[in-house]
Amino acid sequence: MKMKLATLALGALMAAGPAMADLVFPSLSYRTGPFAAGGIPFADGYADYFTMLNERDGGIGGVPVRVIECETGYNTEKGVECYEATKNEGSLLYQPLSTGITYQLIPKVTADGIPLHTMGYGRTSAAYGKVFKWVFNYPANYWNGASGAINHILELNDGDIAGKKITLLYHNSAYGKEPIRTLEELSKKHGFELSLLPVDSPGQEQKSQWLQIRRDRPDYVLFWGWGVMNQVAIQEAANIRFPMENFIGIWWSGAEPDVLPAGEGAHGYKALTFTATGDDFPVFDDIKKYVIDAGKAAGNGDKLGTVQYNRAVYAAMLAAEAVRKAQEIHGVADINAAQMRDGMEALVITKERMAELGMEGFGPTFEVSCENHGGPGLVGVSQWDAKAQKWNLISDFKPTDGEVIGALIEEDAMAYAKEHNIELRDCN
Amino acid sequence: MFYREAGDFKTSYQEDSQTFPIKFDRYGFYVALAVAFLIIPLVINDYLANALLLPFLIYAIAAIGLNILTGYAGQVSLGTGGFMAVGAYAVYKLMTAFPEVSMFVHVLLAGGITAAVGVLFGLPSLRIKGFYLAVATLAAQFFLVWVFNRVPWFYNYSASGQISAPERDVMGIIITGPNAPAWAAYLFCLIFLTACALVARNLTRGSVGRTWMAIRDMDIAAEIIGVDPLKAKLTAFAVSSFFIGISGALFFALYLGAVEVGEAFGIQKSFLVLFMVIIGGLGSIFGSFAGAAFLVLLPVVLKVFGADWLGWPTDIVAHLQLVIVGALITMFLILEPHGLAQLWRVAKEKLRLWPFPY
Repeated sequence: MKMKLATLALGALMAAGPAMADLVFPSLSYRTGPFAAGGIPFADGYADYFTMLNERDGGIGGVPVRVIECETGYNTEKGVECYEATKNEGSLLYQPLSTGITYQLIPKVTADGIPLHTMGYGRTSAAYGKVFKWVFNYPANYWNGASGAINHILELNDGDIAGKKITLLYHNSAYGKEPIRTLEELSKKHGFELSLLPVDSPGQEQKSQWLQIRRDRPDYVLFWGWGVMNQVAIQEAANIRFPMENFIGIWWSGAEPDVLPAGEGAHGYKALTFTATGDDFPVFDDIKKYVIDAGKAAGNGDKLGTVQYNRAVYAAMLAAEAVRKAQEIHGVADINAAQMRDGMEALVITKERMAELGMEGFGPTFEVSCENHGGPGLVGVSQWDAKAQKWNLISDFKPTDGEVIGALIEEDAMAYAKEHNIELRDCN
Repeated sequence: MFYREAGDFKTSYQEDSQTFPIKFDRYGFYVALAVAFLIIPLVINDYLANALLLPFLIYAIAAIGLNILTGYAGQVSLGTGGFMAVGAYAVYKLMTAFPEVSMFVHVLLAGGITAAVGVLFGLPSLRIKGFYLAVATLAAQFFLVWVFNRVPWFYNYSASGQISAPERDVMGIIITGPNAPAWAAYLFCLIFLTACALVARNLTRGSVGRTWMAIRDMDIAAEIIGVDPLKAKLTAFAVSSFFIGISGALFFALYLGAVEVGEAFGIQKSFLVLFMVIIGGLGSIFGSFAGAAFLVLLPVVLKVFGADWLGWPTDIVAHLQLVIVGALITMFLILEPHGLAQLWRVAKEKLRLWPFPY
């Protein structure tokens, strides 16, 4: 009971925050724990892009950007703490990079009126803008990913995969379970046989799952893993000599730290992606010049051009573009969270704009609308070249099965709206 | 000087056996209650509630629950996380099935369901003891998490297997969901904690508590003097699981709002609550509070101090936090193996003699 006085004093100190004209982007990062291999490059890229904008252009529309980093360790309790600690700082946008934390934040941001952008993760049905006013998951979601993987397999098999055996190896959490529903629908549509193999978090122990794969001999293995689980799975696949070109990971399971430990054995492993690979883009020259060479990098500056770093740069770029859009719509430079949301909803990413930003062909072009917060869901495929030690894009950003996904999204969003008494927004 | 029995005359047996025989303690307790019930709700904000107070209150309930089983009845349990999950899923099913019923009823029912499950998993304790019982409860932990992952009925067939708490109220005041005011959620948890602590305190010093302690201290001797081990052990499991179920229900419905069983109620939760009980002090209600406060507040305080005030990189702070908390736990266990509660007891003894120690 005596402890409460101390907490009281602490709370009073926490409440006093600075109030300057700046654009605040909290970064709920995880540089520790079993998922740090993906968390570190992402946190670095997110911070470095904004630092570059501050150094090169003096912020966005003349207002400097402030990134508040808060360590979550991919843990939902710490995620809640981070959200509560940062939400009154004038935060414009949350990107937690964790599906579990996303589920926690969806009701909270809706009540507090702060947009949430879960790029390629989170709750897939948040794409349904009529129900999820404050949540965005453009440019692609897990169901696009699932469909993109199946489309790739269809391509390899000239459009006929009836009777093929496809196994989904997944992180046994909300994240890993997301694609199941879509894959079940697609298996009905295309006639392939789907089997499910969950791996408990964090996923260092996968011997029994790979034993089963060895016994079942599936034609393809789809893979929804993250953090330390990725390296283990790819190593195990190499150990049982599973044909790597038939092993397809989601975008969170295809980065350098995942494949490097398996060495040559990982050659040919595929992963879906919605961002380009490598550092051959003008934007990286600017990041190098203004951030890394100037000693202002968030990390030690060696992650530039790696898969998750690039993805974070892309996420930061989309956020910055939404700010520009919001500034244009509302005619104020120092926007608030509600204006930021309007900017995100009106966001248009064109080829020309990407070229201006020095990121031509870096990601798909898309438009966001009131009904569709998910974008068109264009998905590409990348493949690991173990000899050259780089990821190569082997397929363009292609459309996915919108018919199946759209119906599922609407169904799930409606169920959520019913459960939480949300009235549909009028989008006309 | 002020902290002494002298001059505080007891004229009835009730007064003689009250929880706080010393006047200073008694008034301190009333003041603490008044502050907790009357002042904190006025000054509370979202950060204070969601980052510090709610987790502290909820873990304190869980720690009291485990303390009854492990500290008072001597049955080591590693199934706390699993039992909290039972409470959480029970309250979720109840909330979604009967939206019009008050949350008080739902939380109590969730505790009751957990008590039933706890008794079921407590049955092996009649045959196995010590480390072997710990392994049996560990099995309960894994089995329960597996069930909640595996059977879609528990999570109402949602696509991701997550459960999320819809908005529910008590007499028109919203207490779950994101629109719940911080003070309402806080008071709701506080009422449960106060009630649980009072019930636990009075159970443990009554005849039931004496049979638990007899079993703990030497089960064969207890049997010889007429303690029924079946009744004693199963009541300990039932009461302990009831409290843990309540804490699990509150943890899901009020604190997190959305839960994934493997992450929120995994084995690490069982260990966390066990550490709370060990650091706080086995067999002490105050120890449950102290242990919960220590393990909930310390990491947050260290984070605020390191990352927000000193501006250190967040990963260094996170690693330092592990080092410091770990070092402190080791230090406490070496210097005071009986936990924070024993430190408190020693401090009180010293206070009694002050300023003329002998």
